[in-house]
Amino acid sequence: MKKHPLPDSTAEFDKMLTVSPNPHIRSRETTPSLMLCVIIALLPAAVWGVYQFGLRALMIMIVSIVSCVCAEALSALVLKLKFSINDLSAVVTGLLLALNLPVSVPLWMPAVGGVFAIVIVKQLFGGIGKNFLNPALCARVFLFSWAGEMTYFTTPKTALPLFSSDIDAVSTATPLASLNAGALPGIPIIDLFIGKQPGCIGEVSALLLLAGGLFLIIRKVISVRIPLAFIGTVFALTYFFPLGDQDVHYAVASVFSGALFLGAFFMATDYTTSPCTPIGQIIYGVGCGALTVLIRYFGGYPEGVSFAILIMNLFVWFIDKYTKPTPFGHVKPEKPKKPKKAKGGEAE
Amino acid sequence: MSGFLSVIKERFKEGFVTNNPTFIQFIGMCPTLATTTSAKNALGMGLAVTAVLAFSNTVISLLRKIIPSQVRIAAFIVIISGAVTATELLMKAFLPALNAALGIFIPLIVVNCIILARAEAFASKNKVFPSFVDGIAMGLGFTGALFLIGSVREIIGAGTWFGMKVTPEAYSPATIFIMAPGAFFTLGVLVAITNKIKYDVNERKRKKEANAALALADRAEKPSEEETV
Repeated sequence: MKKHPLPDSTAEFDKMLTVSPNPHIRSRETTPSLMLCVIIALLPAAVWGVYQFGLRALMIMIVSIVSCVCAEALSALVLKLKFSINDLSAVVTGLLLALNLPVSVPLWMPAVGGVFAIVIVKQLFGGIGKNFLNPALCARVFLFSWAGEMTYFTTPKTALPLFSSDIDAVSTATPLASLNAGALPGIPIIDLFIGKQPGCIGEVSALLLLAGGLFLIIRKVISVRIPLAFIGTVFALTYFFPLGDQDVHYAVASVFSGALFLGAFFMATDYTTSPCTPIGQIIYGVGCGALTVLIRYFGGYPEGVSFAILIMNLFVWFIDKYTKPTPFGHVKPEKPKKPKKAKGGEAE
Repeated sequence: MSGFLSVIKERFKEGFVTNNPTFIQFIGMCPTLATTTSAKNALGMGLAVTAVLAFSNTVISLLRKIIPSQVRIAAFIVIISGAVTATELLMKAFLPALNAALGIFIPLIVVNCIILARAEAFASKNKVFPSFVDGIAMGLGFTGALFLIGSVREIIGAGTWFGMKVTPEAYSPATIFIMAPGAFFTLGVLVAITNKIKYDVNERKRKKEANAALALADRAEKPSEEETV
């Protein structure tokens, strides 16, 4: 008689019984193809970052991406997760993280951030699709541990050393600093829009981020709801409640400064950490916008986009639960009525 | 004498490994997360809890037949608060710096679940000596866990250990580790490692048993196979 070998672990039984969650509709879009779209959409802003801040910006991107990919490979090996380098998600995380850092950070910081993003935020929760916070943003906030380095912005076109962390440049205030003090920044709005302003590597050019975002919307990688609700809320709040006695220019400058476009198009729309339902996405976008303005006005740091998105990430489960659409053909279970007296002969 | 030794051995194994208050039972999380900002604070907190636990366990065990079970919680708390007050006054007198660093968490030992849990689960049902040893063992298990968390957090978050610089000059400490999130990161990772070890041990045990069962089945089947041939 042949004996059935005992399975090595209960995990094998689980694998046999697991059905992937819905939707079961097939599409030619795969995770790598979507991720590739996001990378293509981010490229203009990344190239602009390198053009504005010099080759050191490119160096930071490379370090960040390499760190993320290596962390993904090693953690998948150690944690025995599916080997997921090919889906490009680690590359997107690394690129987003780099775009969210000031150019003057020492090179070990993107490396540490990449490891944190991948290992702690993503892989320990089960890998791609199972993290409840956006890895790149979480890593950025983790890197605020070194707040001095994270808030040290140099003016664009400053020559910085490629490798050394010995930065000998004057720190400058971002437009947000003056906006939060209730004054218009000294930079004309058109320059803010094009991206001639100090800030993190990838966040400065609203124009190119908008172009990338539109590309994603046209390719139907993301829907317009979250970015529109997010940016619209920030505009509305800064228009109706400006700090100081300001007019519409204040609202426009607020929208074009800081990480708003990068956050709204590329990070708030992360599939895993944003709601699935249309109404939920609008609620989520409005929440992100409102929190951003509140943190900018009253918080300790000048920029609130990353904190706002992370806070809203925590509510995604809740939003999804309460905006769940009723299935097609769903009939509410009727309350049992009192049986009426049957009229004689009518039914027959 | 060997009875005493076996009690001690059993209690210490329980406190440090199989039933560690922090890593297995997850009780007393508040001081675990809040006071482990440095190895010194963690050690101080752990030892204060150990002292209170040994005292309260002993007294509760002594009085276990007198305390009516309807009001036992209140009675336990009175005993525990007595021990905590004494500990606090002693710390104020002899270790004022540590007392200032731990602040409110010393008086809060009164409501620490470890103390009440041990009183309820062990001291109120066992004799005095095992209860006393249980207090010491559980307290030291707690201290060990806190000390581990505190050391990790202090080394990563401040670059020091017991206030001495241990990291190279180039290391820039990750301040987040001595703030609240660092406590969760450290605890989470340490618990994950503990669970992994526990899982591996259980898995090995299970396989061993399964293999033994298979071997047994083999031996039982052999004669029947020979018959068919």
